[in-house]
Amino acid sequence: MQTISEPTAEPRGRKERIAARVRDVPPSGIRRFFDLIQTMEGVISLGVGEPDFTTPWHIREAAIYSLERGYTMYTSNYGLIELRQAIAEHLARRYGVAYDPQDEILITFGVSEGLDLAMRAILDPGDEVLVPDPGYVSYAPCVVFAGGEVCPVPTSAEHGFHPRPADFGERVSERTRAILLGYPNNPTGIAPGRKTLAEIAKVAEENDLLVVSDEIYDRLVYGRDHVCFASLPGMRDRTILLGGFSKAYAMTGWRVGYVAAPRDIIAGLVKIHQYTALCAPITGQMAAIEAIKNGEPDVASMVEEYDRRRRVMVRGFNDLGLTCPEPEGAFYAFPSIRSLDQSDEEFAEQLLREEKVAVVPGSAFGACGRGHVRCCYATSLSQIEEALRRIGAYVKRKRKA
Amino acid sequence: MDEISIKLLKLLERDASLTTSELAIMLDRPSDEIAQRVAELERSRIVVRRKALVNWERVGEETVTALIEVKVSPQREVGFGAIAARIARFSEARSVHLMSGTYDLAVEVTGRTMKEVANFVSEKLAPLDGVQGTTTHFLLKRYKEDGELLDEPEPPPRLPFTP
Repeated sequence: MQTISEPTAEPRGRKERIAARVRDVPPSGIRRFFDLIQTMEGVISLGVGEPDFTTPWHIREAAIYSLERGYTMYTSNYGLIELRQAIAEHLARRYGVAYDPQDEILITFGVSEGLDLAMRAILDPGDEVLVPDPGYVSYAPCVVFAGGEVCPVPTSAEHGFHPRPADFGERVSERTRAILLGYPNNPTGIAPGRKTLAEIAKVAEENDLLVVSDEIYDRLVYGRDHVCFASLPGMRDRTILLGGFSKAYAMTGWRVGYVAAPRDIIAGLVKIHQYTALCAPITGQMAAIEAIKNGEPDVASMVEEYDRRRRVMVRGFNDLGLTCPEPEGAFYAFPSIRSLDQSDEEFAEQLLREEKVAVVPGSAFGACGRGHVRCCYATSLSQIEEALRRIGAYVKRKRKA
Repeated sequence: MDEISIKLLKLLERDASLTTSELAIMLDRPSDEIAQRVAELERSRIVVRRKALVNWERVGEETVTALIEVKVSPQREVGFGAIAARIARFSEARSVHLMSGTYDLAVEVTGRTMKEVANFVSEKLAPLDGVQGTTTHFLLKRYKEDGELLDEPEPPPRLPFTP
């Protein structure tokens, strides 16, 4: 680093074209595998993070019809009022939380934009955010890009990657602004129950923190009900709820999500959104209206299908001795590869080269993900079974060696 | 019938090739229980037959299918049942359904040639006692069969890695 005393010191811009806070974020851990896989054929990828279903036809058809009628213009910064009303009804009906569709719901480019807006709207430079580790790859960078600092809250396989409320309380400092949660979790598939979440809520209450709750996987839960963080006593007023259509309705490419929060917070987010994004794409919004109004049977049948695949995958890993905690939501299994003498990154790379199965190393999701790999079961049953056979062959060789 | 058997039936209806152990894992039940349930469902002819859905057009085999509307006069005591059963026994009849509307029975007939189908209609079906008339519709192309699109193009590829 150059110091001011150096007379030849130049403004940063001459030499270094990228700002420090961007440079400081390491490149995505997945990128390397992406390049490798391009050169290979016959790969089964368990590395995806999206449904293998195509968006149900009635939703696509509604979008096509909207294009035929000429819906190709901007919408309100907040998004189409019809969609916001449908989301408000949906949240009230499912979780008993009330939001005013006029100014407490904002339609965004997926949860990704909602997350970015939330961080930029609530953080001042140096503010800290408590983030459970492992967690979704975007959480830490979004905090950092917004000028904040991440305070990881470790979780471990010993506790099934369930967050422990006391771990949050211990890490609260003067600078802590918020807790950032993502449950059901990517990459672990964990969905903590009401009791745990209520205790985390208590930490938020006692320390006057905001809670940013990414609930994109809310509909993909197995044999349990999703607990909406904002529905916990006293939490509606401190929660920024992030939701979307990508996972439940197989609509990843449409880029439609939403933020539901108290109006003063939404006003802050809208201020950024109106200048940086203007509005989410109208075709996606039109499709989302059809999805939320008539997509319930699709959600049910997709969840049923994921559930069957989940059982096959989890059983498969456990049979191979790669212990796998029971995922309660999303579409990921997070088996441990600690019984093999190698890191999760080595495992992922060798498995791809030798057996042509792509998985994501757990360390891509934080230090606590080490020794695990993320495997997505949103792929056909025959692919899952073949992938398990190949992984089995690999593991056998490794154990012999 | 209990929920497990209903789920079992739905799975088999979609994919008859699923093995007992695969079904057991998916339904989270012991293998012997699943084997027993399947045996019972087969014995009671709830599972009538396990089959594959074949797209013969891709094979290049020429077969001819016709949907035949049949008007019949219902008989005392047995209604449409007796005549329907009589038609259904012909191996040429792939399916026989009683319909509401302008005709009574819908009969799907397959044969190797149009002539074979026409002969069946004129020599076997039409002359039956109680059959008042038939209208034959030859099938030109199958787009969707048993819930499956037959010529659905491969879905566009997904990115192999996404966060």
